[in-house]
Amino acid sequence: MSKREYERIPVSQQAHVVSKPKDLTAIGGMVSVQINEKKITVPLGTTILEACQLNQIHIPTLCHHPDLCIAGVCRVCVVEVEKMRTLQTACSFPITSPIKINTSTQMVRKARRHIIDLLLSEHYGECYSCFRNGNCELQNLAKEFGVDNYTFGHVKTQRYEVDSSSAAVIRDMNKCVLCKRCVRTCIDLQEVGVLEAVKRGHETHVGTFLDKPLAEVICINCGQCINRCPTSALRANDPSDEIWAAIDNPKKHVVIQTAPSPRAAIGEEFGKEAGKSFTGELNTALRRIGFDRVFDTNFTADLTIMEEGTELLTRLKKAIVEKDESVKLPQFTSCSPGWVKYIEHFYPEFLDYLSSAKSPQQMFGALIKTFYAQEAKIDPADIVTVALMPCAAKKFECNRPEMCDSGFKDVDYGLTTREMAKMIREAGIYLPEMPKSHFDDPFGDASGAGLIFGATGGVMEAALRTAYELVTGREVPFENLVIEPCRGFEGVKQASVKLENCVEQYKFLEGVDLKFVVAHGTANAKIVMEMLKKGELNDVHFVEIMACPGGCLGGGGQPIPTSNVIREKRAQAIYEEEASLPIRKSHENPHVNYVYEKFLTDGPCGKLSHKLLHTHYVKRGKYIS
Amino acid sequence: MIKTETLSKKRSGPVLFSEYKQGEGVKKALELGRENILFELKSSGLKGRGGAGFPTATKWMLTAASNSDKKFIVCNADEGEPGTFKDRVLLLEYPELVFDGMIIAGYTIGAKNGILYLRGEYEYMLKSLEDYLELLRMDNLLGENIFAGKDFTFDITIRLGSGAYVCGEETALIESLEGYRGEPRNRPPYPVNTGFLGHPTVVNNVETLASVPHILIKGGDWFRTHGTDKSTGSKLFSISGDCKKPGVYELPWGTSINELLNLVEAKNTKAVQVGGASGICLPKSQFNRVLGYEDAATGGSIMIFNESRNMLKILKNFMEFFVEESCGQCTPCRIGNIKLLEGVERIEKDDFTFSYINNLKELGRTMQAASKCGLGQSSPNSFISILDNFKDEIFGAKRKGEKNV
Repeated sequence: MSKREYERIPVSQQAHVVSKPKDLTAIGGMVSVQINEKKITVPLGTTILEACQLNQIHIPTLCHHPDLCIAGVCRVCVVEVEKMRTLQTACSFPITSPIKINTSTQMVRKARRHIIDLLLSEHYGECYSCFRNGNCELQNLAKEFGVDNYTFGHVKTQRYEVDSSSAAVIRDMNKCVLCKRCVRTCIDLQEVGVLEAVKRGHETHVGTFLDKPLAEVICINCGQCINRCPTSALRANDPSDEIWAAIDNPKKHVVIQTAPSPRAAIGEEFGKEAGKSFTGELNTALRRIGFDRVFDTNFTADLTIMEEGTELLTRLKKAIVEKDESVKLPQFTSCSPGWVKYIEHFYPEFLDYLSSAKSPQQMFGALIKTFYAQEAKIDPADIVTVALMPCAAKKFECNRPEMCDSGFKDVDYGLTTREMAKMIREAGIYLPEMPKSHFDDPFGDASGAGLIFGATGGVMEAALRTAYELVTGREVPFENLVIEPCRGFEGVKQASVKLENCVEQYKFLEGVDLKFVVAHGTANAKIVMEMLKKGELNDVHFVEIMACPGGCLGGGGQPIPTSNVIREKRAQAIYEEEASLPIRKSHENPHVNYVYEKFLTDGPCGKLSHKLLHTHYVKRGKYIS
Repeated sequence: MIKTETLSKKRSGPVLFSEYKQGEGVKKALELGRENILFELKSSGLKGRGGAGFPTATKWMLTAASNSDKKFIVCNADEGEPGTFKDRVLLLEYPELVFDGMIIAGYTIGAKNGILYLRGEYEYMLKSLEDYLELLRMDNLLGENIFAGKDFTFDITIRLGSGAYVCGEETALIESLEGYRGEPRNRPPYPVNTGFLGHPTVVNNVETLASVPHILIKGGDWFRTHGTDKSTGSKLFSISGDCKKPGVYELPWGTSINELLNLVEAKNTKAVQVGGASGICLPKSQFNRVLGYEDAATGGSIMIFNESRNMLKILKNFMEFFVEESCGQCTPCRIGNIKLLEGVERIEKDDFTFSYINNLKELGRTMQAASKCGLGQSSPNSFISILDNFKDEIFGAKRKGEKNV
C-alpha cells in the first residue's frame, strides 16, 4: 500500500505568505516579540493573529477563515505595531523581526469600532428577521464592541435583487460584507471559480459571470460558500415550509430518510461539541415532528455498494476477459451530486467513467415510491419523500428532470442539517434530550459500511469490504475491517489491495492489484482528472470523489462554522458509531438481500434496478450561453 | 529607420531637464559597477517620486540582496493622481532618461526583465515608446548580452493599464500585471521580496528612474546640492488651475508655495491643493510652507484655486473620485469614502450637526490608519484639511457659537 501526498497551495496565496522555516532551531528560526507587555517567541513567519491565538489573546476577525487563504480585507483585526505608521492587520502580518505589538490601544479599538459601524451601515435588514440570528459573525462583532446605535446610518432599501434562481444556493448581496470568503472558497478551495468580486469602489459586489443568475452559471451547488459566509448573504434554498405543509396534510404520507453526516453534526446546532452522533435521538424527534416513517439512507448506501460494486466487476470482466477496449476504467463514484455537476461542467468528455448508479438519496426515493408503496399499500402519489442531507447539491439533484424513474418525483425535498435543526426547534424539541429509537422497517437499520459514506474514503472502504469478499470469499485483510489507507483527510489518497485465491466466478481477477484513488474537494478532483487526462490513472480501477472537503460530513448543508478540526471530529463520530454496529458489510445487510429477493429480483444491475437505481448524465461544458 | 516622435525640448531645469545624451548614464553605470551605483544612489538621498517617498537606494539594495533567479524592474507610469502630468512629459520628451534608468536598475539589482506599466489613457504614446525601444534593440542597448563582457541581458516590455486609479499602487499594479483584478496586496511581504509572479521586484516611478542617470553621471553629492536636507534634488511639479502659466516645472525641493505661485503668475489664490486629490489643501495662511517630504509632500500635483472657487464643491469632486476609484476591497476605504461624501452632501444641504462632522473626521483618521493601501490611507486628507482650513467659508454663520469645530 502506498500513499501519495499532494501539496496544493492556492494561486492567490502563494505570493503573499512568508513561509515558515523548516528547521526552527536554526539561527533566526524563532523570533521573539512582545505582545501587550508579554514577551513570547514564535517561529519566523507566524502571523500576529496566530501568535495571539496561541497566547490566549483575542483578536476579532471577520474575513479570516481557517480553511482559506489570507485576505486582509475586512480590517477588523488591526493591531498597532510599534514604529509602523499605520495599523496592521493581525491576520496577514508575518512576524519576521522582533517587534512590539499592541492589540488594544485606543487607536485600535476606535478603528475596529468604526469598521464595524461602517459594515453595519451597509448591511441591510434587522437581526431578528434573519436566519443567522444567533450564529452571525457580524452580529457577534457588534455585540463584542457594544454597538447600540448606527453611528453612520443604516441602509434602508435593498440595493440588490435576491438571487434565488438556484435550487441549492440563494444569494442575498444586501447582507454581504464583502469578506470574500465565498470567493476564496469558490476559487481557491474548490477551484470552481463561479464567484468573484465585480466592479469597484462602492459598486463592488460578489458576482457571477456577467452577473447571471446562479442557476445559469457553472455553479456545482456544493454550498461550501454557505458554510463559510459570516452573515446571511448565502443560504440554502429552504423547503421546510412545504415540508410542514405536507406534514400538516393528513392525506400525505411523509417519509424521511436521514444521511449519516447530518446525524453526526446536528448536535452542533443544539450547542453540543462536534463529534457526537444523535442518530437515535433524531429518529424520535422526527417522529414527534410528524414524519410518518423514518428511514436510514445508509440502507441505499449499502444498495449503492451492491450496484456500483457489481458495475465495477462487470467493467473489469469486460476489460480483462472480453478485452473490450470501449470499457472505461477507472470507474468513478457518482454519489456526490456536486462532483457529478462538476464533471459535467469541467470534464464532460469523461462522463463515461462515471458509475451510472444513482446516489443513495435518489435510489431511496425511487424505492420508496415503488417498493415501499407496494409493501405498505399506499398510493405513491400520496407519498412525500424528504431527504435529510448534509448537502446543498442534493436539492439540485432531486430536482433533476431525469430523477423521476418511479413515475413520480423520486425525492420531493432535500433538507439540510441546518434546516432540520430549525424544524426541530420550531416543534419545541430539544434534540439532545430525546430518547433513542430505531429506524422503521422494511429498511431497518443499515450496515456500518453505509454509515461511513459520510467521510471521505468511506465509499471506497465500504466497496472494498464487499468487493474483496465477493471476489476472494474472505474478509478484507485489514484488522477489524478498518481500511486505513481510505481514512484521513489528505487531498488525494492512492492505495491498492492484491486479489489472491479468487473464487471460481472471479478467477479472471486472480493476482490483480486492485488500485484505487480517493479524493475530496473539487480542487483535488481536478488533480485526479488531470492525472486521468495524462494517462496516469491507467492502472487504477476505482476512484472515489466527493465534492466537499472532508466528504459529506463537510457538506454545504452542515452546521456553521466549519473547520478542519470540526470535520475531523465529525469523522471520528461516524467511525466510532460504525465500529459499534453488528453488521459492517453492505452485502450482509439482511434488508438489502430482502429487497433483491422480493423486488429487484433480477439482482444488482439487473433490468429493474437499471430502471430505478441507475441514471445518465448531461454534457454541460464550461461555456454558458 | 524608425523615427521616434520625440518632441523638441524647450525645457530647462537643474537635474531632469538638464543636458543628457542617451546611453551616457548606462555607460557610467558600467564603469561604476553595482556597488558604487548603490553607493551613489544612497549618498544622493533620492526618494520615490510617486509620492510615498521611500528611499530608492534601500529598495534597490533589498532587491539586489535577495536570492532569486528571477527579478523584475517595473516602471510605474500609471500616472493617475488627479493633477499630475509630469510623467507624460518625461515619457514623451525624455524617454532616454526613463529607459536608461530602467536599464541601470536592471543591471544593479540583477533583473533581466523590465516592464513599463503605462497608464491606459496614455495609449497614444505606446507606438512612439515601442519604436524607441526597437531603436535601442537595434543599437544593441537592449536584448541579449548588451554590454560586452558584462554578461548582462535586459529587455523592456510595455504593458497597458486599464484605467483604474488604484493600479498606481505598486502591489495593485503587480496584480494587474499578473492578470488579476487590480487590488492591493497585503504588505508585508513587500514587492522587493515577493513581487511580480512572486519574484523580487522593484517598482519605481517614472521620475525616480529618470533621475538615476543624472545622479550617476554627476554624483550623489552633486544631487544633494539641490533641495533640502531631507528632500534632496529637484522635483517635477505639474501645476494646474487658476494661474497664467500652468505646466510642468522642475524646481528644487524646498521651494515655498508662495515662490511657486509667483512663478506661475497666480493671482487671488485662495487655496493650493498639494499632492492631488489624495493630498492636502493649504489656505493662504500656509503659503509659506515649503514643498518637500518633511513639510508639504507631493508626487508632483499642485492645483491652484482662486477666490472664485467653492471649496465644498472642490471637496465633493475629490470625494466622488475616491468613491468611484476605491478598489472596493477593504472596509474603511470602500464604505468610509461613501460616508465622507455623504457628509459633504449633507453640509451642502445644511443638514448636519457638528458632532456628526467631528465623527466623520474621526472616521477619516481611522481610514488613514486602517485602510489596506495608500488610496484609503490618503483619501481623507482633503476631507480633513479642507474642512479644517476653510471652516469659515464652509460652515459660515452656522459655526458661530460652536466651540467644537
